[in-house]
Amino acid sequence: MSNKPNTYSAVAEVAYKRVRRSRLQRVKLGLSKAPPTAWFGMIVIFLYIFCALFAPLLAPYGEAEIFPEPFAPWSSEFIFGTDQIGRDILSRMIYGARNTVSIAVATTALAFLIGGSLGLAAAINMSWLDQFLSRLVDVLMAIPSLIFALVLLSIFGSTVTNLILIIAVLDSTRVFRLTRAVSLNVVVMDYVEAARLRGEGLGWIMRREILPNILPPLIAEFGLRFCFVFLTIAALSFLGVGIQPPTADWGSMVRENASLIMFAQYDLKAGLTPLLPAAAIALLTVAVNFVVDWFLHKTSGLRDEQ
Amino acid sequence: MHPVIKTVLGRLAMGVLTLFAVSLIIFSSMELLPGDFGQAILGQAALPETVAAFRRELGLDQPAIVRYWQWVTAVLQGDLGTSFSGRNASGVDRSREVVDLVLPRLRNTLFLASIAALIAVPLSLLLGVTTALYRNTFYDRSVNMATLTTISFPEFFVAYLLILFFASLYPIFPSLANVDSDTLFGERLYRAALPALTLTLVIVAHMMRMTRAAIINLLASPYIQMARLSGASSAEVILKHALPNAWAPIATVIAFNLAYLVVGVVVVEVVFVYPGIGQLMVDAVAMRDIPVVQGCALIFAVTYILLNLLADIIGIITNPRLLHPR
Amino acid sequence: MSNKKTTKNQSLLEIKDLKIEGFSDEFWHPIIKGINVKLQRGEVMGLIGESGAGKSTLGLAAMGYTQPGCRITGGSISFDGQELIGMPEHKKRKLWGTRITYVAQSAAASFNPAHRLINQATAAKIRAKISDEKSAKEDARELFKTLQLPEHNTIGDRYPHQVSGGQLQRVMTAMAMSPRPDLIIFDEPTTALDVTTQVEVLAAMKDIVKEFNTAAIYITHDLAVVAQMADFIKVLRYGEEVEQANTRIMLDTPEKEYTKSLWSVRSINKKEEKSDDIVLSLKNIDASYGGGIKVLDDVSINVSRGKTLAVVGESGSGKSTAARVITGLLPQQNGQILFNNIELPKTLRGRSKDQKRQIQMIYQMADTAMNPKQTVGEIIGRPLEFYLNLNANEKEKRTIELLELIELDETFIDRLPSELSGGQKQRICIARAIAADPEVIICDEVTSALDQIVQEGILKLLMKLQKELGITYIFITHDISTVKAISDEVVVMFQGKVVEQGLKSQIFSPPHPKYTELLLSSVPEMDPDWLSNLISSRN
Repeated sequence: MSNKPNTYSAVAEVAYKRVRRSRLQRVKLGLSKAPPTAWFGMIVIFLYIFCALFAPLLAPYGEAEIFPEPFAPWSSEFIFGTDQIGRDILSRMIYGARNTVSIAVATTALAFLIGGSLGLAAAINMSWLDQFLSRLVDVLMAIPSLIFALVLLSIFGSTVTNLILIIAVLDSTRVFRLTRAVSLNVVVMDYVEAARLRGEGLGWIMRREILPNILPPLIAEFGLRFCFVFLTIAALSFLGVGIQPPTADWGSMVRENASLIMFAQYDLKAGLTPLLPAAAIALLTVAVNFVVDWFLHKTSGLRDEQ
Repeated sequence: MHPVIKTVLGRLAMGVLTLFAVSLIIFSSMELLPGDFGQAILGQAALPETVAAFRRELGLDQPAIVRYWQWVTAVLQGDLGTSFSGRNASGVDRSREVVDLVLPRLRNTLFLASIAALIAVPLSLLLGVTTALYRNTFYDRSVNMATLTTISFPEFFVAYLLILFFASLYPIFPSLANVDSDTLFGERLYRAALPALTLTLVIVAHMMRMTRAAIINLLASPYIQMARLSGASSAEVILKHALPNAWAPIATVIAFNLAYLVVGVVVVEVVFVYPGIGQLMVDAVAMRDIPVVQGCALIFAVTYILLNLLADIIGIITNPRLLHPR
Repeated sequence: MSNKKTTKNQSLLEIKDLKIEGFSDEFWHPIIKGINVKLQRGEVMGLIGESGAGKSTLGLAAMGYTQPGCRITGGSISFDGQELIGMPEHKKRKLWGTRITYVAQSAAASFNPAHRLINQATAAKIRAKISDEKSAKEDARELFKTLQLPEHNTIGDRYPHQVSGGQLQRVMTAMAMSPRPDLIIFDEPTTALDVTTQVEVLAAMKDIVKEFNTAAIYITHDLAVVAQMADFIKVLRYGEEVEQANTRIMLDTPEKEYTKSLWSVRSINKKEEKSDDIVLSLKNIDASYGGGIKVLDDVSINVSRGKTLAVVGESGSGKSTAARVITGLLPQQNGQILFNNIELPKTLRGRSKDQKRQIQMIYQMADTAMNPKQTVGEIIGRPLEFYLNLNANEKEKRTIELLELIELDETFIDRLPSELSGGQKQRICIARAIAADPEVIICDEVTSALDQIVQEGILKLLMKLQKELGITYIFITHDISTVKAISDEVVVMFQGKVVEQGLKSQIFSPPHPKYTELLLSSVPEMDPDWLSNLISSRN
């Protein structure tokens, strides 16, 4: 140790803070340390995406194909039986992956587009724009979003477009708050001030200085918001004011087959039928939550061991 | 003026402003209706005179600001307007006052929500604090895993699971929670058991996780390490050093989750066909009965705002920096 | 009082071959690699080292405490004959707060905001039933008096946020002293304080440790500070002991080169040069944040071309605000700024690209001054492309030249800031400023966050660049030894006003204005008797 100071040179100064690893190595190291819950989550998400993409190939029957026997029991012909007007449950489950999940993804993406860009703009601008948007968001968030959604749906009617727009706008308030908060942490950094001193334009500062640094929390938030949106849409559909028939959707499927549950004491399988779509919703949300939990733990460097 | 009083008054003023803005939004839902909604409500066969009379009753011939003023003053006097339903094309009006529809159901909903809150709040605080204290033990990990799973479940999934086990397979409780004003307290409790349990499970999961996070955040403060290094026992650290600073975060967590209860109650009431305000609202939305939707939304929003306001005020009056100004 | 029944030849604290590891980046890394300590009753050990040397970890280990994320992997810690490693928590708690006490670096964060100071200061003593509440509080008030706290009878009834930082640090010393412990751990207790406050706190701590003949471990990175307190000094580096010696011996004849490097900045002394060619001049500047109280009050400063002007002052003196006004980040309310005799527009927006290019800035924390997601090449290349419109090839060529200029090589070009050491980061920031080819560079505390030996390297680099490129520096600092090292001219600021401006030799030779006198005399010197002499001369 003591032989160093004599031959001091800047190049040789040790950067002991982190070992240099390539991106691939880092991903590998991260994955190898991933807990089983995260692995479980990633596999489930992959399966859902697979189902959504190849729904027509996987489903034995059509999405709205009606057979003569309503409430048919589980059999080799109809693996999970048929619903109240004689549609194959399994096929509708598979199509539901496509409909329910893609509507939720589209809504979340729209919410991020609105909330993210406004939040970023507010954080940089910090003047009347920030004041205006922040107060507006305060008011919008003063009403529980499910209640607000119900009010708006009663006015505009329940179509898929309305549903996506309404939920996206309501949910963008939370994205706005988060984006604004994390951007504010970055905006006060000296490197942003340095860019402003250099004379860089607003667009450059947003794209090059701030965005790359707020991505990790936003990605995690995307997962969480997806869960929230997904559950909200499922709840609305379950209440009968969300996605409308004949579109196959898990929330409405629960509602349509709910009465079967009381038959569980006579035929357990029939009783389970309404729980299948509900379980499909639950499983995906659990999976996303597991992955986000791990991701947050990893990127925040949070170690709360005592 | 004492800074605490000043801050509290400021927060109250903000609350009033928010209520005003919310009332504007809810009021304007009537404005946003498409022009032919009168026809839609009364049916295609309605005579033009009937439609015109209906529009006049709603005051649509007056400027919006006048109607807002009338609406707000009426609401403040407890008049939420008249329901759209019960009218028909011939002009016969069997519609009911919104207040008469809402009040009995509001009582039912409050009953359900209070039972859930009474169980959930102490339970989740206990779980939250203990898991924060015994971090990364088997106990903590299992509680965490269980709650993470629970918050991922849609409320109706939890509800139907409970029905499956406790109403269908083992018929202990009724699956339909139909109560009316004559139902006795004990019977009411029995019938509301499954909905209350569903709400409790969902709320406990959320509240416990937030309490745990708040406590862990608090325990990371330098003054907590200092207290440990001065020989304070775990109990003393928690009770004397963490707790006095924990009221604000805990109040926020509780208010947030009670507000969440407001939302959860809607779905749960529908599942169990419980005659509460949530179910009323969902039915009104399906029938586009705007005055009822407005009334219910107003009640939900006001509850929500008041709860958050209360949490803010608790946070202010327990803040030592404000209590003991320089 | 604490029991003092130990035999004479037994050490109060004996640490043998202690090894501690910390968890980071998915692995356990050694922090302390086998250290021995022997401390007798009434002795004060100075523990000195630079960031990452493991001195705080060792200090806490002397209490038998490890921070979350750390573990002891070997050795023994014996306090008054009792082994602390593996001792059950409740037994250790009996020692903590009564026989071993701790003074933390940030008193403001370490006091519980919810309780009155005197209750916190006496809690451990009352808990251990050393005395009842009434006499404990009386004793605490006496200690407050000994520590020269103002209104010592009532100050304890206040809450932490009602008391200033320097006073809180003294209250914390009183709290540590109140049970009359055998050992006190001082963990950088004056690092967060201004020099003029530091002197008072140091003097108070020194007196009280002596008065009660308490053993202490004094942890710091500042050798001049520890020289005032310690009987002997142990130098740590990378978790290992470099050397240990009696304080006077260590200051006079350090054995190891590394030890000497701990005061390397003091060895630089730039020969001052005079110049009448004014490049930048501030005339009667008033400035405030949001129209509140004036942070700058009628400030006039002249900066000579190609020279170094040091702006020195304590926190709240307005020196950093002056920098913000010059750069245009904070438009002044009154007065004007002349650059090459042309008035600069007040706001950043009003200034032309070339005016922006001419004045560059280097920040204190190189960590936050570079975008962690950009490579060194992108960071240095951006001003080249932005101001000078270089194309990709020219940019890369120039970037490599700049890297060589700051004594790094082209292999650094695709590194991220997280893959650089502290000194390398600051060098990249210098290169980024140079890349714009500016006339003036504002250096805002650029060396304060760095270790001494790295500071020396950076200061020498800055002087070399000035000689080669003729750049003018405005060097904002609170550290007098840095001022002595590199400045030609000095401006002393206090509470938003310029106290004095002149050549370095004028400023540092008497007679001084009152504030300059106080400031200069408060800077610790490499002399164990400095503090005692100063205090006796001030009284």
